[in-house]
Amino acid sequence: MALDPATVRRIVTLARIRLEDAEVPRIQSELNGIIGWIEQLNEVDIDGVEPLTGAAQMALKMRDDAVTDGGYPDKVLSNAPERAGPFYAVPKVVE
Amino acid sequence: MSYTIEGETGLWEVVIGMEVHAQVISRAKLFSGAATDFGGDPNTQVSFVDAAFPGMLPVINRECVAQAIRTGLGLNAHINVVSRFDRKNYFYADLPAGYQISQYQHPIVGSGTIEIELADCSTKPIGVTRLHVEQDAGKSLHDQHPTKSYIDLNRAGVALMEIVSEPDLRSPEEAGAYLRKLRTILRYLGTCDGNMEEGSMRADVNVSVRKHGEPFRTRCEVKNVNSVRFVMQAIEAEARRQIQVWESGGIVEQETRLFDAGRGATRSMRTKEDAHDYRYFPDPDLLPLVLDEAWIEELKATLPELPDAKRRRFMEQYGLPAYDAGVLVAEQATAEFYETVAKGRDAKLAANWVMGDFFAALNRTGRTIETSPVSAASLGKLLDLMADGTINGRIAKEVFEAMVDTGDEPAIIVEKKGLRQVTDAGAIDEAVDKVLAANAEKVAQYKSGKERLFGFFVGQVMKAMAGKGNPALVNEALRRKLS
Amino acid sequence: MSLTDLSLAAAREGLRRGDFTARELTEAHLTAIEALNPRLNAYVTVMADRALDQADAADAARSRGEDRPLLGLPLAIKDLFCTEGVRTTAASRILGPFVPPYESTVTANLLRDGAVFLGKANLDEFAMGSSNITSAFGPVENPWKRQGDPATVLVPGGSSGGSGAGVAARLALGATGTDTGGSIRQPASFCGIAGIKPTYGRCSRWGIVAFASSLDQAGPMARTVQDCAILLRSMAGHDPKDSTSIDRPVPDYEAACRRSVKGLRIGVPREYRAEGMPAEIERLWEQGLAWLRDAGAEIIEVSLPHTKYGLAAYYIVAPAEASSNLARYDGVRFGLRVEGEDLRDMYERTRAEGFGAEVRRRILIGTYVLSAGYYDAYYLRAQKVRALILRDFTEAFARVDALLTPTAPSAAFAQGEKMDDPVKMYLNDIFTVPASLAGVPGMSVPAGLDGDGLPLGLQVLGRPFDEETVFAVAAAIERAAGFEALPSLRAGA
Ligand SMILES: [Mg+2]
Ligand SMILES: [Zn+2]
Repeated sequence: MALDPATVRRIVTLARIRLEDAEVPRIQSELNGIIGWIEQLNEVDIDGVEPLTGAAQMALKMRDDAVTDGGYPDKVLSNAPERAGPFYAVPKVVE
Repeated sequence: MSYTIEGETGLWEVVIGMEVHAQVISRAKLFSGAATDFGGDPNTQVSFVDAAFPGMLPVINRECVAQAIRTGLGLNAHINVVSRFDRKNYFYADLPAGYQISQYQHPIVGSGTIEIELADCSTKPIGVTRLHVEQDAGKSLHDQHPTKSYIDLNRAGVALMEIVSEPDLRSPEEAGAYLRKLRTILRYLGTCDGNMEEGSMRADVNVSVRKHGEPFRTRCEVKNVNSVRFVMQAIEAEARRQIQVWESGGIVEQETRLFDAGRGATRSMRTKEDAHDYRYFPDPDLLPLVLDEAWIEELKATLPELPDAKRRRFMEQYGLPAYDAGVLVAEQATAEFYETVAKGRDAKLAANWVMGDFFAALNRTGRTIETSPVSAASLGKLLDLMADGTINGRIAKEVFEAMVDTGDEPAIIVEKKGLRQVTDAGAIDEAVDKVLAANAEKVAQYKSGKERLFGFFVGQVMKAMAGKGNPALVNEALRRKLS
Repeated sequence: MSLTDLSLAAAREGLRRGDFTARELTEAHLTAIEALNPRLNAYVTVMADRALDQADAADAARSRGEDRPLLGLPLAIKDLFCTEGVRTTAASRILGPFVPPYESTVTANLLRDGAVFLGKANLDEFAMGSSNITSAFGPVENPWKRQGDPATVLVPGGSSGGSGAGVAARLALGATGTDTGGSIRQPASFCGIAGIKPTYGRCSRWGIVAFASSLDQAGPMARTVQDCAILLRSMAGHDPKDSTSIDRPVPDYEAACRRSVKGLRIGVPREYRAEGMPAEIERLWEQGLAWLRDAGAEIIEVSLPHTKYGLAAYYIVAPAEASSNLARYDGVRFGLRVEGEDLRDMYERTRAEGFGAEVRRRILIGTYVLSAGYYDAYYLRAQKVRALILRDFTEAFARVDALLTPTAPSAAFAQGEKMDDPVKMYLNDIFTVPASLAGVPGMSVPAGLDGDGLPLGLQVLGRPFDEETVFAVAAAIERAAGFEALPSLRAGA
């Protein structure tokens, strides 16, 4: 399945990575190179195989319902590129 | 009579499905140890996990899982012993990780049913497709600065249950009944406080319209409607909009819309250019959630009596009509209050008092059942005073008002105000004689056949006795003396 | 012999005996860093003052009679581990001046045991690479040189290239690395040192900047197998903050290094005889098997039939997870922000300028394979292939106790080589990736030199949570190989 320029545009938009129009052909060809190569997986017979999500073979452990974290607004805000008092600030969002 | 909207081309049926986000009652967040309390200072209830700092990992809160299981059981739903968490990927300022941890392919709760009650006292089962557990997002404040939005992550990561219904609802009324019923069940279970104003219950409403007998047409999702009333208004407005689109030869596009309560209309969300592609995939930071059957049984054993069962029991045990039983079980506290009042007393009379004078008093004083000045025990004693003839029904109303005002016990009020019913035949005869003597003309009219005047005499006698006369004895004395 | 030439175990003994102090040991390393790091670029941040404070604290503790497993031992920390109060970059511009207000579990464990942190080691950006070329702080130079060719700059491998080069050049006694598809083992092989990726779940991932969550695993890199054993024992352990961390006791890995391999069954996966493998690697592999046979092990040929597909599956799974893990770098809460017209423009500019080319490429691949209509064809299929790869290992480990393979298909290559085509670069990980997908432990141990005098490693793979056998086998190879060659660029040389 080769990517066309429109697909490249859709992908960079989904990934929120700015891409100049002039760069589209290069990215398209790089991605197609990789995608073409990974399509060798189509040779594998996967009938009846259950997908494996991760290497850890156990069930999820659960923690108790206790407040053990938070309460340090200055720490969570200390690395913010833009801060307005106790808030993070971003360019205005219009819904 | 089913609900329809009349368009230019005929009658339209409305098809509604609901997605309700219910905030789970828990101390800490779903995947972090930060607090969930409402109304904290901005960004104080935020851990590095909630703010998606590099290297932070989710660890699930057992109580949130238990709450989802309880809710599933309360919706008569199938509990999936194995479920899984997926990531729903999208960028938004108040979604710190760039993904929401949710359950997409394998939710914790499968299909169930909610029985709704309609105004005509009929019931209708509404299918629940699924319930899954997911994280809430943070809050964006758009009105604090001309060119900036401010972000508060206190709510980011709080556990939500998303409860999805089948498209079984057919009118705004049914949708309202569904929401109210769901809220009642959640409150009974103690899994969500159901407070729509504070946003702990939010409804997304899927609406489509069709002509009778047609398959479903395209639906639109009206997002985040925050009261039962608005949900009902939004459905009607959206249905009318769609009918207009169809009838003018247009095509309803599947999209997400917002309800503008001020204008009473829905509008398209601006962000639709961003054709949603959430790229769900299993969250690799979390393993499958595998539930212990014994734990499910344990949770089942500790469930409270749920509203449907309680309503049926009230009808059977207390002989109440469906309407009364429905009203009394809507809130657990009301049902409990009622049962205390009704215990060992005239159950229908108890229901009348609770639903009548008592509710009216709460309304008038702006109190709730929890802060009521009149306890169930006191109201019960008031009923006892009527039953043993200490006071009559009319005086009881006066005593009740005094109870509301002072919080005093009814017996004390009766004594203090001297409201004891007069049963002394001599005193009653005396009052009757006086009234008849003072109204000789009316007595003559009565005797010549104007029997309607009997009530007038009763009223006058009671008035003369400051309302305290035993009504039966007054009647009896009047009849005797007028015959 | 200079203090920087000591193995970690020997330095530990020297400190215990009082031959030298932690301050002297740390100063020796800081001096070496000052001299060589400008050239090698192994560290992106040197923590000189803090390291000396930690060394003094270690000396003070020792004078009070305390001993801890790593008391006073200077280490390099891959700059993917969050260190409280010390800039952590993942070698990316997008993290900008990020200073974590928390300490990763693994580094906290090392500090608990008394380690001294010399600085934060360079790496491929977000650990994505096999050459340490993609770092925003510039490439790392491998301290090894091809014989008679001192001018050509070789890569140290990656992504833990700074850790590998730093340890090889004696700029640290040992280092932390992380391994997602070979990022500890391949640079260890390129730099002539040892390195182990433990079983997935053995070391906590909490506080490590995530690349691909289902694959990422921390591990030690050091100049001897024993040194790795010492470090891993401190790094490993259950962490309730990581849901994938396993609750199992951490064995005495050092003791495991002294175990005999007599009677062990060592598997040779026939599919690892990849086409075009250099003859000298093939020969070294045979040599390794011979050493183990001589030590009393039984060599058994096994089959891992899906080996060939490991790399392609990996290049779906890892970018998919990365595309999601890296979504948090959006210019809102930490790191770089590039202003834009609106929120979306801000995101797009921040991420375009903040991420380097390889990271962008992998995010796009990952986004694509998860996107509507492609999920089943790529991601789901890759997960199924992953299941088959795990099944291959499970079946092999029913017959053998460990596997022996080459670590990498080549020795260190020059900066600029294999750079024209991403897929060519990805092939570096062909031998390491299957174990990552299966989650089993793997260790690279230096076993010999190629014709150019460059180090080559052999890889030992073990059953899940049986790092002890891996250490025993790797130590046996180490003893037999007697690998004593030294890189030409090193402290004191
Ligand atoms: Mg929804
Ligand atoms: Zn939802």
